[in-house]
Amino acid sequence: MKTEQWLEETGQARRTVGSGPAEPVLEVRDLSAAYRKNPVLADVNFSVGRGTLTCIVGPNGAGKSTLLKVMLDLHPRLTGTVSFFGTTYQKVKSRVGYVPQRGAVDWDFPADALDVVMMGLYGQIGWLRWPRRRHRELALAAMEKMGIEHLAKRQISQLSGGQQQRVFLARALVQDADLYFLDEPLAGVDAATEWAIMETLRDLKNRGKTVLVVHHDLHTVRDYFDHVLLFNRTVIAHGPTEETFTRDNLARTYGGTLRWLEAVVP
Amino acid sequence: MIPALSPNAQWVLFSTLILGAASGIVGCLAYWKRHSLLSDALSHAALPGVVVGFILAGAKSVPLMIAGAAASALLGAWLVVGIRDHSRVKEDTAMGIVLSVFFGLGIMLLTIVNRLPGGNQAGLDSFIFGQAASMVRKDVYAMAGLALTVLIVTILFFKEWKLWLFDPLFARGLGLPGRLMDAAYLAVVVLVIVIGIQAVGVILMAALFIIPAVSARYWTHSFGAMIALSALFGGAAGATGTLVSTMGEGWPTGPFIVIAAAVLFLVSLAFGGRKGVLVGALQLYIRKRRMRRRSAPGAF
Repeated sequence: MKTEQWLEETGQARRTVGSGPAEPVLEVRDLSAAYRKNPVLADVNFSVGRGTLTCIVGPNGAGKSTLLKVMLDLHPRLTGTVSFFGTTYQKVKSRVGYVPQRGAVDWDFPADALDVVMMGLYGQIGWLRWPRRRHRELALAAMEKMGIEHLAKRQISQLSGGQQQRVFLARALVQDADLYFLDEPLAGVDAATEWAIMETLRDLKNRGKTVLVVHHDLHTVRDYFDHVLLFNRTVIAHGPTEETFTRDNLARTYGGTLRWLEAVVP
Repeated sequence: MIPALSPNAQWVLFSTLILGAASGIVGCLAYWKRHSLLSDALSHAALPGVVVGFILAGAKSVPLMIAGAAASALLGAWLVVGIRDHSRVKEDTAMGIVLSVFFGLGIMLLTIVNRLPGGNQAGLDSFIFGQAASMVRKDVYAMAGLALTVLIVTILFFKEWKLWLFDPLFARGLGLPGRLMDAAYLAVVVLVIVIGIQAVGVILMAALFIIPAVSARYWTHSFGAMIALSALFGGAAGATGTLVSTMGEGWPTGPFIVIAAAVLFLVSLAFGGRKGVLVGALQLYIRKRRMRRRSAPGAF
């Protein structure tokens, strides 16, 4: 029963892919959330169009990670609605891929890199079934894309930070979702990994997928992303990078002195 | 020499073996959920339920006592979570509170029941340190059946357990029902505890959860192999402890099972191929010698 439900959801989701380009892939209305009694998100409104590569930037503690979690029903919301492809998240789960922060898991867990990448396929494999050779090959292909196929049998505890992040990216790739949420995928990785990850994200975008990235390095925003969402508990500004990523907007997001901004936005 | 075992003793042996295997497996889940200590709190919390079950039945009734044990263990779990989520008290402190209060309550009830007519013959004391020999055929059947259920559940949903333990957020994103997994996990933990306490006792039950799992960790880097090894270690400890305890009249089973498990742990700690102390020291020594040879002029 459960297996069929799970597979049916996946199947249905696949059949309804053709959302038009005008229709937003993600639409957030009046969203708010709190940790215990402290409000962390208030009155969040924005929508994201298909085939965009958007970064969410804002100061520490602005609630960026929480925003992702609330949208994905991983953290309770107080008010508001979030619609994915014109419907609710629960109905299109398999079309949405989530890459948590690298530090969110225990890398001492006994598994090799291939094991972790295969986890991205568990939804498609379904209950009470074991992964088959076909799934293995899909996982290996994704690892090859991320340049880590030679690490397939490596213990995850022995991977470097950059390699761990590539494993997470490969796991998201095998999911073959249409909308991706990534929580700081570029945090603490080396230059080669950063390049490989951005190459992958651009490739996803070019294939018509939509990508939302929590990002920290303001210096690379202009080069990497076509849209920016400036965020501090609520949306400060949102739009194409050229128009949105301005000193004014950044000052409103981060507050405080502007001297350091001159280094970021010339 | 080990005397030939009576059919009843054979059954008892079989049931502690399968109990050890089941708790070895569930212990692995608890180990990666970082819940080793929780299993200790829950097994102590089962004691008052056992006694209340006995009072309600008016005589020794294993099903009612097991139900009581499960109820009070779950109440304990609920209290730990409740205290953690609704006060400033941290989880480990909450477990300390629940463990000692429930155990104290259990001992108090036990003392009262032992003074009742017929109470001290009921063998309730055996729930504290465990007395496998006090089990009758029916207990053994119930225990073996429940332990087998736990084995099957963990093996059937192996893939789901693995994902849920490693990355619960991602698991929920894939559509894995998180609440159901939480509930199933708690159910197998409590199940193993309630079927185990008669043989091992509430005080030492947690050792059968924790020790086989950490011992297995020293030998492998694969989750599947860790579960299999942990089951093997748990089963071996259960069977060995039971065998030894049958050698003397009235010897408790639990301590012997725990000592057997501890021996396996020491062997793993020393010789385990993955993180074993001796193996690590040996590797370091060989490497150092190689380096020294290479750098020493005229060594070749």
